Order: sequence, then C-alpha cells, then structure tokens
Amino acid sequence: MDIFIDIILLTLLSATALAVARIRKLFCAIMMFGIFSLVSACLFVTMDAVDVAFTEAAVGTGIATILMLATMALTSTEEKRPPYQPLVALLVVVVTGSVLVYGTMDLPDYGDPMAPIHQHVAPRYIQQSPEEVGPPNMVTSVLASYRGFDTLGETAVIFTAGLSIYALLGLGRRENRDHIVEDDHA
Amino acid sequence: MNLIGHYNYLISIFLMMVGFFVVICRGNLIKKLIGLNIFSTSVFILYITMGKVAGGTAPIVVPGPGPHIYTNPLPHVLILTAIVVGVATTAVGLALTVRIKERYGTIEEDEIRLKDESL
Repeated sequence: MDIFIDIILLTLLSATALAVARIRKLFCAIMMFGIFSLVSACLFVTMDAVDVAFTEAAVGTGIATILMLATMALTSTEEKRPPYQPLVALLVVVVTGSVLVYGTMDLPDYGDPMAPIHQHVAPRYIQQSPEEVGPPNMVTSVLASYRGFDTLGETAVIFTAGLSIYALLGLGRRENRDHIVEDDHA
Repeated sequence: MNLIGHYNYLISIFLMMVGFFVVICRGNLIKKLIGLNIFSTSVFILYITMGKVAGGTAPIVVPGPGPHIYTNPLPHVLILTAIVVGVATTAVGLALTVRIKERYGTIEEDEIRLKDESL
C-alpha cells in the first residue's frame, strides 16, 4: 500500500515539474512550484521523514513561494518566448540523465534494511541518542547535538544570505544610493 | 535491480533533469530560480529515499517493549539543513533579480546581454 501511494505521488511530482517547465505565465509557474513543494512534502511523510516534511511545507512551500511572488510583482509577470529551439539543451539533459541512471543501477532497492547507509553511524544514533541527549526525536538529537557544528554552519550561511540581501536591496536608503551612483556616472 | 525498487531513484533523476533543463534553457531569471529549486527538491527526494527502511516508523522513540524499527534519521538531518540553506540562497538570487530589473529594466537573459554589449 505504501509503495502504491509513493508511486502515485512521484508521478504527480513529474507531471507538476513538466507543467512548470512549459508554462510561460510566471504566476502560474510559481503556483505550480508551490504545488510541487507540497506534493514533495506529502512524499516525505510516506517515507517517514516527518521533520523534513513540515520544514518543506513551511519553508519550501510557504516562504519560497511568497518570495518568488514578491519578486514577480517587482519585476515582470510573463516569460518571453525564446527565439531558438532548445535542441542542444535537450541533448545535454538526456545524456546527463542517462549517465545518472547508469550510476544508480548498483544502488540498493527502496527500503532495503541491509543497505550500507543503515550499517554505519545510524544504529548508534537510534540506540544511544535517547539516553545520551534526551529528546525522543532522534532527528532533533542529531541536529542539535551530534552534528551541532553543521547547524552552526547553516546559521552562518543564513546570516550571510541576510547580509547580502540587505547589501543588495539596501532597505531604507535606496533612493539616496541610486542618486550617488548616477552622479558618479555623470 | 528491479523497476519498483528503483522507481524513486528514476523519478528523482527525471525531476533533476527537468530542473536542469529549465535552468539552462529558459531565459527568464525567476524561471531559472524555480528550475534550481526543482533540482534541489529532487536531490532531497533522492536522499530521503535512501534513508527509508521497509516496515520502519518515523525516528521518534516509541514507548513500550519490543524491538521497534526506525527509519535512518541521518539523511533527514542533512536535508533539514539543505532545505533552509536552499531557501536562503533562493532569497539572495531573487534579491539579485530585483536589482537587475532596476538597472537593466528587464529580467530576460538575452535582453540583458544586448544591453551589456551596447555599452
């Protein structure tokens, strides 16, 4: 039953992605991307990744879609038709895709409990983290304790992103700065 | 390998290639960022697929006796970080798009190139 839901959701995802690639109205494309994100969040739930699912639903679907809509409102709402046929791009994509499919041939089947990924550190996290760290949610334990430095790095990335957006858009004193740049040109 | 067991991998590669195609082929900068996001979501699906254990449950301790099977929590942690970082980079890209629109008056790649060449 699980695998059945999984296959339906994945097929739905491919249809949505193709629609995003084809639609020229940016508003529709952004909305389709929101649907894409939400369906992928459902897929994460069927694959037992509940933390990932609600982060994707909140951050991927919510914030990313709102940011894209805001940018669309500030720029343009329609994509121009490209003057050339995308044959070379299609060829590159098909070749890359076939190489990747060839690369996945040796991977273990979906849900295989003997896969190498389940043999190394994961058993320790599953067995020891409730005693060693405390919270019943193992994802929280690994995120905040065993891999705390990764989370620190993530915070640094977000801080840098915030700074660069502030530098790019210069909230508040934007009119002034544009005048200065124009004066320099003159 | 069998087709059902590898269906997740095949579809995530397909989604990756759709995202890649949008990034290299569409001239609109917002559309490129949407393609980039589709690409990154497909990588998330690939990772989460690898963590799944058949018959397992979400990695939250189930009280009570008996051996419980849990899905591998490690890919979930990595992808949680990746989702948040992905949105941060998308936000920077969108801010750049707004600036480009202010300077060039367009967000179509070929028109931007024309304006650059005419300088």
